[in-house]
Amino acid sequence: MSKEENTANRPDNTAFTQQRLPAWQPMLSAGIVIPGFVIIGVAFIGIGVALFVTSQNIQVLEKDYTGIETNSSCFKCTNPRVKNCNCTINFSLDKLFEGPVFVYYGLSNYFQNYRKYGASKDAAQLTGDLAYFTEPSTSCVPYQRDAKNKPIVPCGSIANSMFNDTFKLFQIVNSGNVAVPLDGKGIAWWTDYNIKYRNPTTNPLKNAFNDTVKPIFWPRPAYELDTTNAANNGFINQDFLVWMRRSALPNFRKLYRRITEGEYAKGLPAGDYALVIGYNYPVKAFDGRKKVVFSNVSWMGGKNQFLGIAYLVIGSLCVVMSIVMLIVYAKFKFPDEE
Amino acid sequence: MYVHYSACTCMFVCELQRVYMYVCTCTTVHVHVSLNMHSVLLSQDNAIRTSKYNVFSFLPLNLFEQFQRLANAYFLVLLILQLIPEISSLSWFTTVVPLLLVLTMTAVKDASDDIVRDGRYYLLPLSECLSQADLLLLTSSEPLNLVYIETAELDGTFILKCVFPTGEVRCEPPNNRLDKFKGTLTVNGQTYALDNDKVLLRGCTLRNTEWCFGLVVFGGPDTKLMQSSGKTVFKRTSIDGLMNVLVLCIFGFLAVMCSILAVGNAIWEVREGSVFIAFLPRPNGVNAGFSAFLTFWSYVIILNTVVPISLYVSVEIIRLGNSFYIDWDRKMYYPKSDTPAQARTTTLNEELGQIKYIFSDKTGTLTQNIMTFNKCSINGKSYGRSIGETVDFTWNELADPKFVFHDPSLVELVREGDLAAQHFFRLLALCHTVMPEEKTEGELYYQAQSPDEGALVTAARNFGFVFRSRTPESIRIMEMGQEVTYDLLAVLDFNNVRKRMSVIVRSPKGKLILFCKGADTIVYERLHPSCLKESKDGLYEYAGDGLRTLALAYKDLDDDYMEDWRRRHHEANIAMDGKEERLDELYEEIEKDLMLLGATAVEDKLQDGVPQTIEQLAKADIKIWVLTGDKQETAENIGYACNMLREDMTEVFIVAANTAEGRDVTTSISCFANVITHNSSPKAYALEKDLELELLRTACMCQTVICCRVTPLQKAQVVELVKHYKQAVTLAIGDGANDVSMIKAAHIGVGISGQEGMQAVLSSDYSFAQFRYLQRLLLVHGRWSYLRMCKFLRYFFYKNFTFTFVHFWYAFFCGFSAQTVYDEWFITLYNLVYTALPVLGMSLFDQDVNDRWSSQHPQLYSPGQLNLYFSKKAFVRCMMHSCYSSLILFFIPWAAMYDTVRDDGKDIVDYQSFALLAQTCLLIAVTIQLSLDTHYWTAVNQFFVWGSLSAYFAITFTMYSNGMFLIFTSTFPFIGTARNSLNQPNVWLTILLTSILCALPVVAYRFTLIQLWPTINDKVQVRHKVRKEALPAPAPRRPPVRRISTRRSGYAFSHAQGYGELVTSGRFLLRRPQKIRTALLFPQSDSPLSQGQPQLYRPITALNRVPEEEQPAQQS
Repeated sequence: MSKEENTANRPDNTAFTQQRLPAWQPMLSAGIVIPGFVIIGVAFIGIGVALFVTSQNIQVLEKDYTGIETNSSCFKCTNPRVKNCNCTINFSLDKLFEGPVFVYYGLSNYFQNYRKYGASKDAAQLTGDLAYFTEPSTSCVPYQRDAKNKPIVPCGSIANSMFNDTFKLFQIVNSGNVAVPLDGKGIAWWTDYNIKYRNPTTNPLKNAFNDTVKPIFWPRPAYELDTTNAANNGFINQDFLVWMRRSALPNFRKLYRRITEGEYAKGLPAGDYALVIGYNYPVKAFDGRKKVVFSNVSWMGGKNQFLGIAYLVIGSLCVVMSIVMLIVYAKFKFPDEE
Repeated sequence: MYVHYSACTCMFVCELQRVYMYVCTCTTVHVHVSLNMHSVLLSQDNAIRTSKYNVFSFLPLNLFEQFQRLANAYFLVLLILQLIPEISSLSWFTTVVPLLLVLTMTAVKDASDDIVRDGRYYLLPLSECLSQADLLLLTSSEPLNLVYIETAELDGTFILKCVFPTGEVRCEPPNNRLDKFKGTLTVNGQTYALDNDKVLLRGCTLRNTEWCFGLVVFGGPDTKLMQSSGKTVFKRTSIDGLMNVLVLCIFGFLAVMCSILAVGNAIWEVREGSVFIAFLPRPNGVNAGFSAFLTFWSYVIILNTVVPISLYVSVEIIRLGNSFYIDWDRKMYYPKSDTPAQARTTTLNEELGQIKYIFSDKTGTLTQNIMTFNKCSINGKSYGRSIGETVDFTWNELADPKFVFHDPSLVELVREGDLAAQHFFRLLALCHTVMPEEKTEGELYYQAQSPDEGALVTAARNFGFVFRSRTPESIRIMEMGQEVTYDLLAVLDFNNVRKRMSVIVRSPKGKLILFCKGADTIVYERLHPSCLKESKDGLYEYAGDGLRTLALAYKDLDDDYMEDWRRRHHEANIAMDGKEERLDELYEEIEKDLMLLGATAVEDKLQDGVPQTIEQLAKADIKIWVLTGDKQETAENIGYACNMLREDMTEVFIVAANTAEGRDVTTSISCFANVITHNSSPKAYALEKDLELELLRTACMCQTVICCRVTPLQKAQVVELVKHYKQAVTLAIGDGANDVSMIKAAHIGVGISGQEGMQAVLSSDYSFAQFRYLQRLLLVHGRWSYLRMCKFLRYFFYKNFTFTFVHFWYAFFCGFSAQTVYDEWFITLYNLVYTALPVLGMSLFDQDVNDRWSSQHPQLYSPGQLNLYFSKKAFVRCMMHSCYSSLILFFIPWAAMYDTVRDDGKDIVDYQSFALLAQTCLLIAVTIQLSLDTHYWTAVNQFFVWGSLSAYFAITFTMYSNGMFLIFTSTFPFIGTARNSLNQPNVWLTILLTSILCALPVVAYRFTLIQLWPTINDKVQVRHKVRKEALPAPAPRRPPVRRISTRRSGYAFSHAQGYGELVTSGRFLLRRPQKIRTALLFPQSDSPLSQGQPQLYRPITALNRVPEEEQPAQQS
């Protein structure tokens, strides 16, 4: 008798165990899909127009100074035996180049994203840990120690290959040259400058580098990178920081200076300019190209036509697709069937 | 192998239907049985080691086992590769973290399995004590030498003790010969031979004895049943197989990708690397070939995510979850026996959604194995209705209270003294081979050899003709309260050719009467011409209802003729040759000119909902074959009763073929209803090879296939045949020991629990209490499991391929240097954290349509049978889709970021920012893809999806924070990247663009597909959606049971020959004083397992003191 009432094994009656959890079951119905495509299409076209117009308004001036062509003023500098070579590139602006103007150097066919290149540094050393000054990480090989077995600081390929061309910009006014002041402050990321790279607390900084040698390709040691500003030396030198943030792609540009001071803060006025280049960095060996780029920026960053065009194309495709789907729907009307 | 026992304490363990079961506990035994009230402990040397591990050996053994698995070994190789600095393109933790997780989870699972396995052998439910071991029967309470064996469950009540002397049993080692047993028993210096007749094999139940003592000879897996049930093969699903093939393909694909990249690296080395020396020196000089070789292995490490190792773990979790749903389902819970459904195997779920063939046992599976006397026809008038007023039998003191009849007019007729009606029931009370048992006055029990007979005699009992006792020469019955003793002159036994049985009795008044019951066709041929005008319509009606009919007739005999006949009968009986023929002739002679009394209709009660279930499964395009040990008539009858056979499928041809050995293999095929019968002798072990294909070809043209008289082995062979030649997924369902082989042979074995003991359930993959739950198991759980598993696999391959292909594209921009596109931590956590839960959520909760609609539209089942949701083709489509997505996910960020800068002029195309952008795009794109795949958004799904995305950003910002960098400087080099790039509008615009470009084509494609070629799923979903608000899903429809008048004989009688002789031999009544209790051994006829037909009761006759020639004839 009690057997019938015995329900010890009866499963629990919960929504979960009985697979009856309340649920939202969306469906790809015409009422959602077609208007959805239209809305997305219209929105994309809107964004695309905004991006395109913004991108069009950004001014960019690129000057290749590799010196491959024999008539280039920099051609003479491509000979590796020529030291401390300077060359000048002249250009003229026919209208105001709106400020703030950013000066970039650009390299192409340069594989900063090569795995072994990217790994060739010592993160701990670069935080100013003196222990790693005497014992750099093996990841820096072959730029871990020099021929005399002295530790290299900063070690590794990235640091060793730091870009070392220099640029000076002059406006040619009445056949006299007016130097355009180039501002090198704050061109690196805040986090790189404050957290990721730090100098040893040793004072003066030079002492921290006792018993170490400078990277082989460097003309001066790390604590003398900037001779004009003592605070801009060591691992927190802005140019060094910019270089150490290695590029994702083999063609890249890096920020060199900003033109933010004096009368040029509003931009470069129309006129003739001379760019004097201290040509040190050899790229000819690997078919690399060097260029200097003047550019201003907008809310969407630097000039890039792709995003705007892509948004316009995708937006239009969405609208076209919605029409196609509407036709298909009108012809077959599946959900209303039967 | 020997069993030594001494100082045995035997305990009473159980009682069932007055059968008391004792099992001995001996203190110093080799094979040892001990028990308590709730469990029987079977152990060898008091501790059979069935668990694989102990505490100390667990870790090394388990790790060793795990690393034997291909997947884990592969991981280990990767790890070793990563430790080579020249090759290592990823930090060690990217492999170690997932590997540890996988190993830990598997180890936990193995450990818990081990604990469960421990319990499975040691702690046996008390009710399974006899079904778990082969017993040597020592003694029994029963002075009667007729002991029946029944298979039914046992139950415990109280303990009783007695002590045995020391003895020793020596016997053969465990083997699978069911029909042989060799051994000796030595007690008090005396040695007794033991043979097969003296052991009780696992799977039987004793009947007709109050108690017995047994000694466990073989326990657990050593029992003959287990040994003969075929090796438990590790079952794998077809998806498993496909997955393994795909993984191999992926390995090949990985090798191809890596080779391409290695070649690319060689070219790059020659063209670019060799001149880039100043910036990236090569201390050992430029060697393109060696560099390519190293690059190959570096890319093997990076691209290893195409061979997703977490796949196997996730698949296990999903299957486990879906198995739990089966355990938890209240709609598959049978309250009457308090039995929930049980997924005993957790690795086969999705195959439940792909079944094409079901092989079903009949007795106990389709039917309840209960016979009820439903209707009868007396003098051409039909009595009994299926519903209505039940008859009150309280006037009859001896009535069986369980008997139910729905027509009071019949009782009135009998009580009024209607001669025909009384004669009808008198016949039922006299003409049978039932053994009565009356322990106390008025408390009658019938031991019937077939349940049909039991039902008929019980009916007679309730209508006032109570069969009370029999001797070989007489039958004592109560006729409407008066005791009457008939002399039993002859029993004209039943056999399958005669299809009838008769008794010749002399009433106390001296009247000689022959009572005959048998198949209508047979009896009608032998009627007196005066009876022929009687209509057969009633019989046809019964047959149309699927009832088993028997025609009843009698004949008055005169003394002289009888005297002469008896003399000839005696002569024939003692004749040396031609005995059978001569007896048949005599029977034929006397059984003619019969007077028709009427007909009985016994219902072989189907389980609830069987016809509806079969109908729904048939609609799902599942072919159902019934494999039964029963006779053709009974099986056919059930076929009609559950609508498998219909009246429009009429003729049954019997095609007989003789094999080389002269065994009969009879195949009968009807034009429309195709009934296949193997009528082979029980010793025919195999289907003949040359007939196999013919059988299969014929059977597969049929709508319905019923195989009769098949042995357990043949059942398995039929299943194997279909498995092998049709390449279809098969399911076998059964409840008894004779179904074990078939259950093991099929892809999926289902056991009906709580009917005939536990053997079928123990070897099954799924078990539940009622056949009708099969519909829910397949159409709901199976379909969902298949759908979920396929969705999971498609998505899983998609997300991993997409992830990996981006690396491939990036290789062309980084000098094939095996530079990763993503942060190494992202690579580590992508499969484990960021995408693990959402896809699990989908694979555990997703349903395209709810359970009611799933059962309502069996057509929804067909995609699984056709392998539509996941196949090689679907996999290739997946790869193409991944390829497209990865192109978008790499080249859109590439183009959008090309030569651009931040809004303050600073760098944004640096490697770290690009990595962050690429991984964010990827994660959002695959999450959107998951959202598009998810049809059923529960709160859990929402939580998983949004939670995983939030976790991604939270973890990313944490890992890229100042604090983490200051603590683990070289581990988290991405400091500040998230802050510096995720605040840029163009980064977000790029993410939006990639997401839309990945998602919209899928949406448009699916939408158009639904419009142009809607599948049945789409139709049901839409209908479901539209009507959801207005109407609830309709309640499961009960189709009216179609009854068509038939010209078919409804004869079916599950009786066997030999019992007539038994009841008249007199041997069964010899009451012998029991001289030596301890060595009293009960021989037993051959095992039920070796016999084709399921038998309810089998006699165990003869004590060991009975000389060999006195042994009663046993059925062959």
